[in-house]
Amino acid sequence: MMKGLKKWRLFSLLAVLTVFLAGCGQQELSTLLPAGQVGKDQFKLLILSSVIMLFVILVVVAIYVIALIRFRRSKLGEDFMPEQVEGSQKLELVWTIIPIILIIILAVPTVYYTYKLGDVKAMEEVNDDGEAKHLVVDVTANLYWWEFEYPDLGIVTAQELVVPTKEKVFFNLKAADVKHSFWIPAIGGKLDTNVENLNKFYLTFDQESKGLKDGVFYGKCAELCGPSHSLMDFKVKTLPRDEFNAWAKNMKATENAKVVANANANGEKVFQASCASCHAVSGAGEGGAIAPNLAAFGDRNRVAGFLKHDEKHLKEWIKDPQKVKPGNKMPSFENQLSDQELDDLAEYLLGLSVEQ
Amino acid sequence: MSSVAQKRGFGAALWDWMTTVDHKKIGILYLIGGGFFFVVGGIEAMIIRLQLLKPNNDLVSAGLFNDLITMHGTTMIFLAAMPILFGFMNYIMPLQIGARDVAFPFINSLGFWMFFFGGVFLNVSWLVGQVPDAGWTSYASLSLASTGHGIDFYAIGLQIAGGGSLMAGINFLVTIINMRAPGMTYMRMPLFTWTTFVASAMILFAFPPLTVGLFFLTFDRMFGGNFFNHTMGGNTIIWEHIFWIFGHPEVYILILPAFGIFSEIFSIFSRKRLFGYPAMVFATVLIGFLGFMVWAHHMFTVGLGPTANAIFAVATMAIAVPTGVKIFNWLLTIWGGSIVLTTPMLYALGFIPSFVMGGVTGVMQGAAPLDYQLHDSYFIVAHFHYVIVGGVVLAILAGVHLYWPKMFGTMLSETLGKITFVFFFVGFHCTFLIQHWLGFWGMPRRVWTYMDGQGWNTANMISSIGALLMAIGVIVLVVNIIMTTVKNVRVGNDPWGDGRTLEWAIPSPPPFYNFTQTPLVRGLDTVWIEKQEGNKTGLTFAEPVQDIHMPNGSIIPFFMTFGLFIAGFGAMFHQETSWGLPLLIFGLAWTFVSMAVRSLQDDLGFHVTKQELQRDIDNANKGGQN
Repeated sequence: MMKGLKKWRLFSLLAVLTVFLAGCGQQELSTLLPAGQVGKDQFKLLILSSVIMLFVILVVVAIYVIALIRFRRSKLGEDFMPEQVEGSQKLELVWTIIPIILIIILAVPTVYYTYKLGDVKAMEEVNDDGEAKHLVVDVTANLYWWEFEYPDLGIVTAQELVVPTKEKVFFNLKAADVKHSFWIPAIGGKLDTNVENLNKFYLTFDQESKGLKDGVFYGKCAELCGPSHSLMDFKVKTLPRDEFNAWAKNMKATENAKVVANANANGEKVFQASCASCHAVSGAGEGGAIAPNLAAFGDRNRVAGFLKHDEKHLKEWIKDPQKVKPGNKMPSFENQLSDQELDDLAEYLLGLSVEQ
Repeated sequence: MSSVAQKRGFGAALWDWMTTVDHKKIGILYLIGGGFFFVVGGIEAMIIRLQLLKPNNDLVSAGLFNDLITMHGTTMIFLAAMPILFGFMNYIMPLQIGARDVAFPFINSLGFWMFFFGGVFLNVSWLVGQVPDAGWTSYASLSLASTGHGIDFYAIGLQIAGGGSLMAGINFLVTIINMRAPGMTYMRMPLFTWTTFVASAMILFAFPPLTVGLFFLTFDRMFGGNFFNHTMGGNTIIWEHIFWIFGHPEVYILILPAFGIFSEIFSIFSRKRLFGYPAMVFATVLIGFLGFMVWAHHMFTVGLGPTANAIFAVATMAIAVPTGVKIFNWLLTIWGGSIVLTTPMLYALGFIPSFVMGGVTGVMQGAAPLDYQLHDSYFIVAHFHYVIVGGVVLAILAGVHLYWPKMFGTMLSETLGKITFVFFFVGFHCTFLIQHWLGFWGMPRRVWTYMDGQGWNTANMISSIGALLMAIGVIVLVVNIIMTTVKNVRVGNDPWGDGRTLEWAIPSPPPFYNFTQTPLVRGLDTVWIEKQEGNKTGLTFAEPVQDIHMPNGSIIPFFMTFGLFIAGFGAMFHQETSWGLPLLIFGLAWTFVSMAVRSLQDDLGFHVTKQELQRDIDNANKGGQN
């Protein structure tokens, strides 16, 4: 009997938990399952404000329902003449002062977190050797792709942000063409990338992305930027600090590597002839490129930020980028490359890796 | 005048409507124009929701989707919600204060035609195939980068329509200040008049920034200006500030008259004086004032810095206080009253929980750090639809049912009205409640489509189904209007039986001069007071029957606006065609000549004589209340 009850309890607990988790969305992109200090702080504010607001809603609904039940004409009769009350100063005071108190309760943490999350002073800090204490990433938003430059490490990548876990990572944000907005929902709130000035903020990544569904967190563009605004996704890979260091070293090492190991030599030729004028395959260097850096293309999770990462989709993309992502700046190669060249190119690109 | 209009042919009737300066007819014109654009915007919304029904949908292309969201927002705000509210203000407010017309009947007509031609101009973009596509906010970097003439249609169309709004606002202000009947002190004005007053004052201060911003945008796009071009020393953030200095007051311009309509409804259908009238007035004024102090909460993620964000966060939260005061006063109005569930009352009762939810999510977004997550996500889409649909649109639908008998002398079917309410209300919550969670789950707003596997599919489908229910509600309303008009069962002065303000003491529809004799106002809810004291007509007069001076109709407002309409096309095409510049000059010259004609012409109006009035009074007495 008791055992059955316990089982039933466990089951109902699980059921509630399932519903609750379903209501929380997916771990790689839900603001309700924050995986970083910034997102967690914002989540705390969400809970606090929700509780206060639910209280307000409950009070209103209670008065409302009672009034609706008690004071219906169908119940009171056609002849009932309500007293023409003018008002009550006491009541007015009550429902002025109580909301003011509620708002102060919300305003204090709001102001605190506004300053806390806006504090980027540590960005400039250097250690005794004159090296930056914290990792700084320069983000440039372009028409439908993202560039991530690590100025202190001398490397640059695109579409897939790679960051170490459990430390503050600072960001310099700007847009190269029109305004975009940089948002990693599961990690923390967004900040716009303006065209005329640099925006700075920080995020922390508490959780390794390895265990997630696709092994990455999802990043989004949150400001309408043209036809393919909704396709302007990026991905975030979070690694422990030592793995991140290894990744950065490998990226840096692509600098002089003319031929990538195991590369399809024909594909590389095609690349040099058709693609190299816009795309770089060296991860070392500076940002400001006109097209995404492809040094770590084979390690990525998506083609063009949102398509499945396989040969079929890659070829589809190269053949007619406008069909896939309308309004982007890449020309079509449908008539310029033979099928064989396309196969070679795709094989070459998918082989570009710094993680193996 | 209007009393003989029915006997004329179609052409004459059309001429009558085109030249009218009667505030009631202009009110109806606003309702027809706004109603038309409401349907257009609604169809756009339906296509948007159909496109988002399932992941990777390709019903519309990415570019067309951006056209749709931009035109849906712009149309609903500028061409549907505002004009329909202007319609009610125009029709009802002068009746409520015991006036025979607005202060400037000619400008009133001009304001309407500017709205109408501005709206047509904007929607001509669909015919040309170059549609505004930078969102209703038209942020500068994107709006400057946008190719084709889409944004030009936006800038010029809104400029024309916005001019009309500004005129209407000034007109209402002057009317309320100068034309109240004897005894109608400020603190005896019905709350709808008060909200009209405050909303008009807000228009006066909010629309000039929009005008300036749109001129900047026009110069940048069509005349080589560089206000927002950052490569030439301009700044796109300036547009955001200018737009929201207008844009935030704009939402209060919409919601305050809605509050006014609901205040009337709660009072009428609870048979009870509005609870805490002075507090309501004070809260209205305070909301109007604070509405100008909070625009940057739309820009928390722009990077204004923690100090600016903190100040605007706290200011935003402060608005919740007067809004809360209003909600509780409404609750206490129905408390202890005698509530009857008519269609308008159903909308008013549906409004309270809906608007409270929209309000509290507004406070949540006021918490700046939390807004970093919510901003530009589907959460905000849910929030502003809860405020605008749950507040303004419910008020419009309530107002249509409440004032229909006053305007057209016949009652809309209560049964169909309640069916409309149920479909619309259920559909509304079905559409937008779930969108809060879509925002939490990381879905950005204004996305043309979404990939499978992000956990958004079911929620989007629920939302689209809700939109369908809302559409059914609106269709039932249209059927109701047609059936009611065909049946045409006439009603008396006070069809709801519990009217409290002056408009319910005159015939439905009122004669073109409104009041045969100017009424004397003896308190708040003057008609109610008179009736309680046994005065069946509800009116005490402040003057004997005497000649009434009325304005003449004029076609000049139509012509003046038509010139601007032509000039708009000239400005738009002047860079690429040889006829653009001449057309621009011709259009402006047309407008200036029309203005000159108006200035040089002596139009002294006409008099309704004592004898005619006496005859109307006798007829009314003979025929009883009808």
